[in-house]
Amino acid sequence: MHNDNLVEIEDVEFGYGDRPVLKGVNLTARRGQVIAIMGSSGCGKTTLLRLIGGQIKPGRGTVRVAGQSLGELGQAGLYRLRRKMGMLFQFGALFTDISVFDNVAFQLREHTDLPEDAIRDLVLMKLHAVGLRGASQLMPAELSGGMARRVALARAIALDPMLVMYDEPFAGLDPISLGITGNLIRRLTDTLGLTSLVVTHDVQESLKIVDYIYFVSEGVIVAEGTAAEIRASDLPYVHQFVHGEADGPVPFHYPAPSYADDLRLEKQRA
Amino acid sequence: MNKTVLDLWVGLFVIAGVAALLFLALKVGSTSVVSVANSYEVVARFDNIGGLKPRAPIKSAGVVVGRVADIRFDNETFEAAVTLRLDNRYAFPKDTAAAIMTSGLLGEQYIGLEAGGDSQMLKDQDRIFITQSAVVLENLIGRFMYGQAQEGAPQ
Amino acid sequence: MPMTCDWKNSVLKRSIENLGNRTLQGVWRIGFAARFFVAVLLHSGTAFRRFGLTIREMYFTGVLSLIIILVSGLFVGMVLGLQGYETLQTYGAEEALGILVALSLVRELGPVVAALLFASRAGSAITAEIGLMKATEQLSAMEMMAVDPIARVVAPRFWAGVISMPLLAALFSAMGIFGGYLVGVQLIGVDEGAFWSQMKSAVDLERDILNGVIKSVVFGVAITTIALFEGYDAPPTAEGVSGATTRTVVASSLAVLALDFVLTAFMFRGLN
Repeated sequence: MHNDNLVEIEDVEFGYGDRPVLKGVNLTARRGQVIAIMGSSGCGKTTLLRLIGGQIKPGRGTVRVAGQSLGELGQAGLYRLRRKMGMLFQFGALFTDISVFDNVAFQLREHTDLPEDAIRDLVLMKLHAVGLRGASQLMPAELSGGMARRVALARAIALDPMLVMYDEPFAGLDPISLGITGNLIRRLTDTLGLTSLVVTHDVQESLKIVDYIYFVSEGVIVAEGTAAEIRASDLPYVHQFVHGEADGPVPFHYPAPSYADDLRLEKQRA
Repeated sequence: MNKTVLDLWVGLFVIAGVAALLFLALKVGSTSVVSVANSYEVVARFDNIGGLKPRAPIKSAGVVVGRVADIRFDNETFEAAVTLRLDNRYAFPKDTAAAIMTSGLLGEQYIGLEAGGDSQMLKDQDRIFITQSAVVLENLIGRFMYGQAQEGAPQ
Repeated sequence: MPMTCDWKNSVLKRSIENLGNRTLQGVWRIGFAARFFVAVLLHSGTAFRRFGLTIREMYFTGVLSLIIILVSGLFVGMVLGLQGYETLQTYGAEEALGILVALSLVRELGPVVAALLFASRAGSAITAEIGLMKATEQLSAMEMMAVDPIARVVAPRFWAGVISMPLLAALFSAMGIFGGYLVGVQLIGVDEGAFWSQMKSAVDLERDILNGVIKSVVFGVAITTIALFEGYDAPPTAEGVSGATTRTVVASSLAVLALDFVLTAFMFRGLN
């Protein structure tokens, strides 16, 4: 049954031992959209991506991709599903011992029986889509951060997946690369008919390209909406995040005893 | 790293390694002279085998002609029953004598075969009747001392 | 502040707890490593079906270890020649030098020293490589591309190590015997004929050489498993990987020496 939602996360809880990371998250991603998951560091954003990719299993709740519940899939089923997903890791995670070309060709060689000529054409097409066709013979060590991530993107879309997940694609990039990356994400989603899930805390860049945003804080979704709704929101957390305020629901001071007490102790010893 | 160059080096490495193994096997080591396939077995009984061990060599005229296959204790005759595995190429007369000798002064012990004159040869599972046990050092010293004491006594 | 003999917080109690904790952790870890070992064996299909992967790893573990193995083998053999001659001379048994050099190398020094060198060169390299792949999320990326990293990355390295180890040990022994020959015959003047013929009569193919090969295969399995496991399990940080590399060298060296004792006791007890 073709539902419009590609990814559905229902009441998912996850934790490490007794440290809870996600405490009941509900999220849906509709086909053909660019969806951002935002929140401060360590709030569980990357965990969500790993849950969707099946790398970890939720303690409770279900994760469904294209209508299939991940919990019910065996190893083989999970691998089949992953072939239709692409993931862009934060620093690219390119295989450092092989060239750019071989990196992009990796999935094609592993999962298809295409002859080398066809693979060559496909690889060059994907590299062209990210603007790096001329760099195909370079080694990953010779690429800049932005270029490495673009190659990783080409690698992620090599098999024309239906879902692409981006883990902090804007982190640490110069303004030009930022623009390029944002542009690529939007364009690829539209032209290839993908669904894109972007985990980020770069507000300005994402608000330009996303269709829907989820805000995660302390393991739950605290806000969601379209770019316009979020910009106009007056929820304290969202407001602090979008406008980059120093203090608010996310406090400036790390929990500490009273300042006066600390100082008084100092005076006594001296 | 070009794939063909890599394959070449690995190939060379494997060849060198196998060559080293062959060198060790052929030039350095020696196989046991007799394998079960091309040998026949004979039994010999001894009062005392001394320090004879399984796989000890069996020599005749100083040349290794076989190996000791097994050593057992016969609880009825209280003798040691030694199974000699001899190379098929060498046939010995039925009245061959087997003696336990020592290699050098303090070396390992082996069985020395002295061929007899019988026209009939030993066959598989035959028995060597003429045997000489190992020389036990303590007995030798004891006899010597006894002999010395005897010489001294009549005086 | 007065010092009270407070049992609950005493250093002694805490050290005992620490020791107990660490032992339990160690045991748990060994169990984990054993499961890892079984997983590698089960996923070895790819390593053989696409043997090119294994051959590639044999270059990095075997070929690149050649220099250190050959040079060390030569030196060990030469030292054996010198030391052996020195001692045998007092019994007038210089002509047994060949036997001494060959048996020492083939039975013990070849497999063991080659294994220790392999552990420090190839073992640590494997751990660092896998640890780094884990830290840079390359293994995760592979998983997300529906390629099993154990089958694609770990198993070929395992079999490369297991195949390379006996070859390296044989090369070590061969070089050592050559070194002993150089020193004994060429330098000191032991009779060349006696050197080789006495050696040949004393070294047994099955008992000495084969056992040496079996030892080196076992060492290869142990070292490669430990190296792969430490890399795969390393914390994905710089200190994590460097700590794992050190642990690999220490743990595999100890494992080799312990296994050597067990195997020697098992193989050579029938000497009587």
